[in-house]
Amino acid sequence: MSTKQFLFSGFGGQGILFAGKFIAYKGLIEDKQVSWLPSYGPEMRGGTASCSVIVSDEPVGSPIVTYPDVLVAMNLPSLDRFEGKVAPGGMIFLDSSLIEREVVRKDVKVFRIPATRLAGENGFPTLANMIIVGKILKELGEYNDEGLKAALAKVISAKHADMMEVNRKAIDLGASL
Amino acid sequence: MADKVLMKGNEAIAEAAIKAGCRHYFGYPITPQTEVAAYMAKRMPKIGGTFLQAESEIAAINMVYGVASAGLRVMTSSSSPGISLKGEGISYLAGADLPALVVNVQRGGPGLGGIQPSQSDYFQSTRGGGHGDYHMIVLAPSSVQEMAELTVKAFELADKYRMTSMVLADGTMGQMMEPVDLNFDVAPAPEKPWATTGTEMKRKHNIVNSLSLVPEELEKLNIARFERYELVKKNETMYEEYMMDDADIAIAAFGIAARVSKNAVNEARKRGIKAGLIRPITLWPFPDAPFKKAATHVKQIISVELNMGQMIEDVRLASECKVPVTLCNRVGGMIPSPEQVLDAIVKASK
Amino acid sequence: MIVYDKPHALLDVPLHYCPGCTHGIVHKLVAEVIDELGIEGKTIGIAPVGCSVMAYDYFACDMIEAAHGRAPAVATGVKRADPSKIVFTYQGDGDLASIGMAETVHAAARNENITVIFINNAIYGMTGGQMAPTSLVGQVTQTSPYGRDPKLCGYPIKVCELLSELEGAEYLERVTVNSIPHIRAAKKAIKKAFMNQIEGKGFSLIEVVSSCPTNWGMTPQNALKWIEEKMLPQYPLGVYKDRSNGEVKK
Repeated sequence: MSTKQFLFSGFGGQGILFAGKFIAYKGLIEDKQVSWLPSYGPEMRGGTASCSVIVSDEPVGSPIVTYPDVLVAMNLPSLDRFEGKVAPGGMIFLDSSLIEREVVRKDVKVFRIPATRLAGENGFPTLANMIIVGKILKELGEYNDEGLKAALAKVISAKHADMMEVNRKAIDLGASL
Repeated sequence: MADKVLMKGNEAIAEAAIKAGCRHYFGYPITPQTEVAAYMAKRMPKIGGTFLQAESEIAAINMVYGVASAGLRVMTSSSSPGISLKGEGISYLAGADLPALVVNVQRGGPGLGGIQPSQSDYFQSTRGGGHGDYHMIVLAPSSVQEMAELTVKAFELADKYRMTSMVLADGTMGQMMEPVDLNFDVAPAPEKPWATTGTEMKRKHNIVNSLSLVPEELEKLNIARFERYELVKKNETMYEEYMMDDADIAIAAFGIAARVSKNAVNEARKRGIKAGLIRPITLWPFPDAPFKKAATHVKQIISVELNMGQMIEDVRLASECKVPVTLCNRVGGMIPSPEQVLDAIVKASK
Repeated sequence: MIVYDKPHALLDVPLHYCPGCTHGIVHKLVAEVIDELGIEGKTIGIAPVGCSVMAYDYFACDMIEAAHGRAPAVATGVKRADPSKIVFTYQGDGDLASIGMAETVHAAARNENITVIFINNAIYGMTGGQMAPTSLVGQVTQTSPYGRDPKLCGYPIKVCELLSELEGAEYLERVTVNSIPHIRAAKKAIKKAFMNQIEGKGFSLIEVVSSCPTNWGMTPQNALKWIEEKMLPQYPLGVYKDRSNGEVKK
C-alpha cells in the first residue's frame, strides 16, 4: 500500500492551500484516493496557514496529517513547529530565501530551495509555492506533462486561464533545480 | 475519475441540496460552515432559487418553517451556537410535522466555545434539541461523498416521514476536500396535500400548526408522531461495520472519529489484535443491532468521540451493558489521534 | 333580501375573543378586504402567539401558526416559496414589537412583499395583562403594578415612526377602530396594504390601535374612550410612509 502524507505550511498569502490543492488534484487525476484539510479560522488571516494532503492507493482514513512524509515549510515558524514531526526517512522542502537555519534532523532528506528569490527574479513573485511543488514532483518521480496540465486545469478556473502558463513555468523551474 | 471533483464538505452539502431540488436556503454566517451559505449565495440566483441571509438564526429557521409549510424542499445550516438558537424553530417544525433539513457543522462548546471540530452536540441532536417530545432524523457523514449523499437522503427521509432531518457534521468534515461524485439519483418529492399553498377555493383551508390546547388531543398527536418514529427506527437505521466479524475489541465512532478509528483498527490488526469498528450513520435512530451482536463476542467496546462521552450512553444501552464500554476522547476542538485510539485498543486487548 | 352577510373569508365559527375586544372587528375588515379583492384562494395567513393565536381557525384561507414573534420570517419563507401568493401576518404588540422586533424590522428593511396587520392594544392579553412594549407611561399592568416607570422600563415603542426611517418599507399607516368613521378608514388602509402586495410594491404594515377591556379593567365603551383620550395622543393616526407616493410623515 502506498500512501503519501503531505503537510504544507507557511504564512497566509503564500499559496499554501493552493499548493496542497494542486497536489491533491494531481493525485485525483491519477486515480488515487485523496484528501485535503486546511487549518481554518482566525489563524488564516495573516498568521500561519497549513494544510494536510493525503494521496493514497487505499481509502483515506483520518485526513489529519500529524507525521508528514513530506513537509513543505515556507517560513521559519513552520519549520520550527513541524520539523520534529516529519516521519523518519521523510522529506523537508523549505524556502531557503526565508529560512536561514539548517534542519537539525539527520534522518530526513532536506531540499533547500530559494523559492521566493527565484520567483521574484523570474517575474512571478507570487508563485514561490509552485516552484516548490515542481521540486516535490520531481523528487517523488511524479513530474509528468499530462498530469500537470490536467491538474492545473482543475485548480485554475477558466476565468484566470492566463495564470496557467506562468504556474507551469514556476513548476518547471522548480523541477529543473 | 472523470466525474469526480474535489469539493469541500460544506460545498458538497450545498450542491447536493440543489440536486435534491432544494431551491430555498436561509442562513446566518458562522464558522466553520459559512461555505454552505457562500455557495448557495452564488448558485441559487442562477437557478431561480432563493438565498437569503437572515437577520438571525432564529429568523432563518422560521423562514425555513414558511417554505416547508408551502411544501417545498428547504434548508438552513449553522454551527453549534447557531443551532441552539434554531432550537425553538426546530421544535415548532416537529410540532407542525414539517419536513426540512438542518445542517450542523459542529464546533467546540459550550457557549461561544471555539471554532475547531467537535461532536459535542450529539445529545442536543439525538434527543431533539428544542423543547417537547420529538426527534430529528440525524445523519452523520464521515466523508465528503457522504456529506453529499446523506444530504439527499436527509431530504428524502424528511419528506417521507414529515420530519426535520439533521446532517450532523463537524468542522473537519465541512472544511476538508475529497473527491465527490455527484451523479446520483434523487427521488422526487412526494405530493404534499397538507401544504399551505392557497385553497384555490377548491378545498377546506389547510392549517400548519403546533398548538393543541386540549390535552387529550395533544396526547394523541404525540403518540401518533412516535408511532411514525417507530417506522423510522425499523426502516431507516444505517450503520457500517468494519472488520467486526471476528473482532475482540469494537470501536464505536461516527463522523471524523470513525475515520481516525479506522486507521487505528488497521494498525491494531497489523499487530495481531482483532479490532473492528461499528460506525453509526444514523445517530437517531441509533443502530442498536450491531452493538447487541458485538456484545456477544467482543471483550470491550471503546467509544471514540470528540466530546466528554455522549454517544457512549447509547452504546451502553444498545449493548445492554453486557461488556465494558470505555471512552477514548478529545474535546474543545481537539481530535483523537490514531495513536491514542490504538493505545486504547492495545490496553483493552490485555 | 340579504343586506349584510359575514365575509366568506371569515369562517362561520364562534370567535373566542372577550366581549368588547376589537380583534373581531379587525378580523372582519381583513376578511372583507380578502373577499373584495377576490384573493382568498391564493392567500396564506400567518397567526402569531398572543390573543389572536387561534386566528388560523377563523380565516377561511390557508393558515400557518408561527412561533412567538416569528411571523414576518415565516411569511418571508412562504412568500419566497411562491411570490404569486398573497401572504399576511396578524400580530399583536408583544409578538411584533417585543420578542419579534428583529423579524419585523428586517422584513421591513428587505421590503418583503407582505402585508402586516399589527394590533397595538398596549398590553399582553393572552397571558393576562402584562406590560407590553407599547404600554403607556404610567399604565398599570400586572407587571407594572405601580404604573409603567420609564426609569425602570423605558418608553413605549412607536412602531410606525420607527419603521418609517427604513428605506425599505413601502407603506406604514396607523389606524384605530374605536368608531364607525375610524373603522371605515381602517378598512381602507388594510385594503391598500393588500393592494400594495398585489401590485408588488412591498412591505405594508397597518398598525391598528385597539382595545383590551378585560385587561385594561374597563367596560368596552370606556375602553374605546380610553383609546381616544390616552392612546391616540401617544400614537397619532396617519400615514407614516407611502414610498410610492414619496410620503414620509415627520
